[in-house]
Amino acid sequence: MTAALAIVGLALATGSGLFGPALRRRPALGQGLSCAALCAGAALGVAASARTLFGPGGFVLRHPWHEPYGSLALRLDPLSALFLVPVLSVPALSSIYGLAYWPQARLGWKAIRLQLFFGLVTGSMGLVILADNALLFLVGWELMAVAAFMLVRSEEDRPEALRAAWIYLAASHVGTFALFAFFCVAGSARGSFDFDAWRGMSAAGAGGAWLYGFLLVGFGVKAGLVPLHFWLPGAHAAAPSHVSAVMSGVLLKTGIYGLLRTTGFFEGPPSSFGMTLFALGALSGVLGVALALAQHDLKRLLAYHSVENIGIIAMGLGIALVGRSRGDGALVFLGFAGGALHVVNHALFKSLLFLGAGSVHHAAGTRDIERLGGLGKAMPITALLFLVGATAICGLPPLNGFVSEWLVVLGSLRGMSLPRGDRVAYLALGAPALAFIGGLAAACFAKVQGTVFLGQPRSEEATRVHESPSAMLLPMALLGAACLAIGLAPALVVEPLERAAAEWGGAAPGSLAGPAGSAAASAAWVSAVAVALLVAVGLLALLARGRPARPVPRSETWGCGYAFPTARMEYTGSSFAQILVEGFRSVLVPRVELSQPRGAFPRSARFATEVPDLVLDRAILPAVHACEGGARAVRSAFPGRIHLYAVLVLLALVALLAWRFIWW
Amino acid sequence: MALRALLQVGLLLLLPPLLPGVVNRVKATFAGRRGPPLLQSYYDLGKLLRKGAVYSRTTTWVFRAGPAVGLAAVFTAGLMLPVAGEPALVRFPGDFVLLAYLLALGRFFTALAALDTGSSFEGMGAAREVSFASLAEPALFLCFVVLARATGTLSLSGMLGPGLAHAWGDSAPALLLAAIALFVVALAENARIPVDDPNTHLELTMIHEVMVLDHSGPDLALILYGASMKLLLFGALLVRLTLGMPFRSLWGAEGLFVLGLLGFAVLVGATESVMARLRLTRVPQMLVGASVLSMFALVLLLR
Repeated sequence: MTAALAIVGLALATGSGLFGPALRRRPALGQGLSCAALCAGAALGVAASARTLFGPGGFVLRHPWHEPYGSLALRLDPLSALFLVPVLSVPALSSIYGLAYWPQARLGWKAIRLQLFFGLVTGSMGLVILADNALLFLVGWELMAVAAFMLVRSEEDRPEALRAAWIYLAASHVGTFALFAFFCVAGSARGSFDFDAWRGMSAAGAGGAWLYGFLLVGFGVKAGLVPLHFWLPGAHAAAPSHVSAVMSGVLLKTGIYGLLRTTGFFEGPPSSFGMTLFALGALSGVLGVALALAQHDLKRLLAYHSVENIGIIAMGLGIALVGRSRGDGALVFLGFAGGALHVVNHALFKSLLFLGAGSVHHAAGTRDIERLGGLGKAMPITALLFLVGATAICGLPPLNGFVSEWLVVLGSLRGMSLPRGDRVAYLALGAPALAFIGGLAAACFAKVQGTVFLGQPRSEEATRVHESPSAMLLPMALLGAACLAIGLAPALVVEPLERAAAEWGGAAPGSLAGPAGSAAASAAWVSAVAVALLVAVGLLALLARGRPARPVPRSETWGCGYAFPTARMEYTGSSFAQILVEGFRSVLVPRVELSQPRGAFPRSARFATEVPDLVLDRAILPAVHACEGGARAVRSAFPGRIHLYAVLVLLALVALLAWRFIWW
Repeated sequence: MALRALLQVGLLLLLPPLLPGVVNRVKATFAGRRGPPLLQSYYDLGKLLRKGAVYSRTTTWVFRAGPAVGLAAVFTAGLMLPVAGEPALVRFPGDFVLLAYLLALGRFFTALAALDTGSSFEGMGAAREVSFASLAEPALFLCFVVLARATGTLSLSGMLGPGLAHAWGDSAPALLLAAIALFVVALAENARIPVDDPNTHLELTMIHEVMVLDHSGPDLALILYGASMKLLLFGALLVRLTLGMPFRSLWGAEGLFVLGLLGFAVLVGATESVMARLRLTRVPQMLVGASVLSMFALVLLLR
């Protein structure tokens, strides 16, 4: 039953885009049907996951396959069910958004193509999560990468979209290459490519470290861990917003899923594995949010926040890995629950924020936050929903982001209760690190919300905005409601998290009941305080309304006596972030372009800052250009004579043979 | 039980405006003036609540929500603090995270309300507030981690509870460092000298006060009340950390607690009187210094 639900759901989702080309004479109907098919498929898949998460659902299907090494093995266990829920529901909501944001009736083939690959990317993500065989996993993985590549280049008439798409494809394949290495080594060691045969893999010694290194590179590229995040900001900024929502909200999480699934195979991983992941996570968190602070492209900024949140998730998973090497159930549960819940939470609030950014772009025609401002008056519902997402992503109560960050903090402090002298106690530094990340994120989203939706319009475009149609508002409202629900009733998600953690940690069912029970009890208090907060705000609001009516004059904002303020005098996003960007100067290295006003009657003056990506623009592109320069130098030595190139190839072969025979 | 709960909420609601009164009185004494009455802040709040408010045409509902969310967040945070000689009303492992993040929520909305006015002046204040807060938060968390390690508990009521006396016996140097760091964080979070000057707001160098420049009437009352409640929160943390709770009886503990808070207010007033305000560029250094102090304390405990 569960298997049928999941497989029919995935098939529906994968094929949903076919309605577009089939009904291209009636575009509205075609798009409506493909959206409906995707939503129905997602609903079936979510139902299957719910049966697995809240009860003994789950299934294992195994079919022989004529491909070498492969077998058609699918498995839905609590761990995959936990990921399947966001992986299916976010694309479904985004496709509803797409009805108004990217209508087939206006865009024709571009929209048809987008829907085809939208369904394909959803289905292949589902396949990655259900696959129980390495080859099947890789098939899903590659389908997902190529489909996402096609989605990023949806707006192929814009050069930056093409560039971002190619960078994404190249980076993605570097990761896949590392995965090939892992799967080959693991497969030959265990004599099978079925994941079942891989459980209990030894991770000791140099061999284990190599395996883990392959995993970190392979899945780290997809997840966007620093320093492998370089493809991410460009790709997420260039894709249409509902695609960015899917990519940032769930596509990155397949990297996290892969890391979880494969580290689950290790028997007693050394604690250095977990500590490495934890440290990488903290680095990603701080650098991601620091880079985000310095951006003024709304979607690029949100993309860097994905790097930050992946960092928080990695910190949680690092704690859980350490817990497995120490055999401490509380560490495993708290770290896993924090990380995995943050996967779900980030899928919710980040797709909400990207959809909000899409609405802003739709309305104002620009993503540059320095040209926006005051949008909250014309688009009050979008502004409110974006504020919900912003509050959630900063980890502030009473929303869902707080719950997962709180669990990660608890996990990091749990290390201190191990016997004295254990280095694991230094995990406690995760608490101040998370506080720092949270503080920076709050600064960044105060900047975004303030410069985009509050204050006065900073440009002509920003004055002519309108509220989005309800097809765009509805998915955002649903995502916002889910954020609030998890924030208000976190105790509800403890049980599924416990099942998934037990599945991942290879623990007996029920062995994590102790830590899970105390977390659930604390979570009940968190909901009580969250409700108290909402009640207190409500009471204060009522008080304010119930006051005897005094004349409430409206006037200009107080400008210290200056009576003619203009929007040009407003604080900009860049100036808002200046203190912190200046503080991170040695890491971010902003490019500053300054021509100062000169003379008594200055003609012109100009000031612009830009913070390029740390890895892509400072390391990779220079290296690529250097290689290109070297290749050009070689080419100029052999200008266009093919037989000379053939001689070079021959010489290289001879050198290799000589090396093989003489020094081997 | 009901009496204790009532007493706790009562203290949290009624005592705060007294603290700024004490601080101002101490500052006046240092300056050789008589100063305003001790209860002046109560009078001010009463006066502001009866007034009307002026709203800028630029603002939206966010501007009015700012003060309400700010006060509600500080109040709910206070529910987790052992304000008198008792465990807090709400206590669970990790409640200190919720307390810190609730304070952050209040700050976030206050900053948004400031940005809602569209004034560059208030933008400046908001930018400084959120920037410095992101440096103060790690210091605060490090203090909590030190306390958690020293007492072996993860809830504020445990950290500041009966186990603390033992902890002072075992690891006094670490706790002392943490207490100093906490005092620095308290000065920064409550916008006191040497970080900020609560008396002026028409200076380009101020932080908190310029953020709330456009608020008037009842909105301003909520902000001032919330600020004094936040001062009480940090005062309570420090009082419980340094004095512990040597008295078993309810009234003895309450009395000592209130006396300790007044002592905290005197200390803040004295600090404000003998120090000048730091240049803005020095503030981050001071906050990082507080983090380093508490980091030292943690290393002392973890080694």
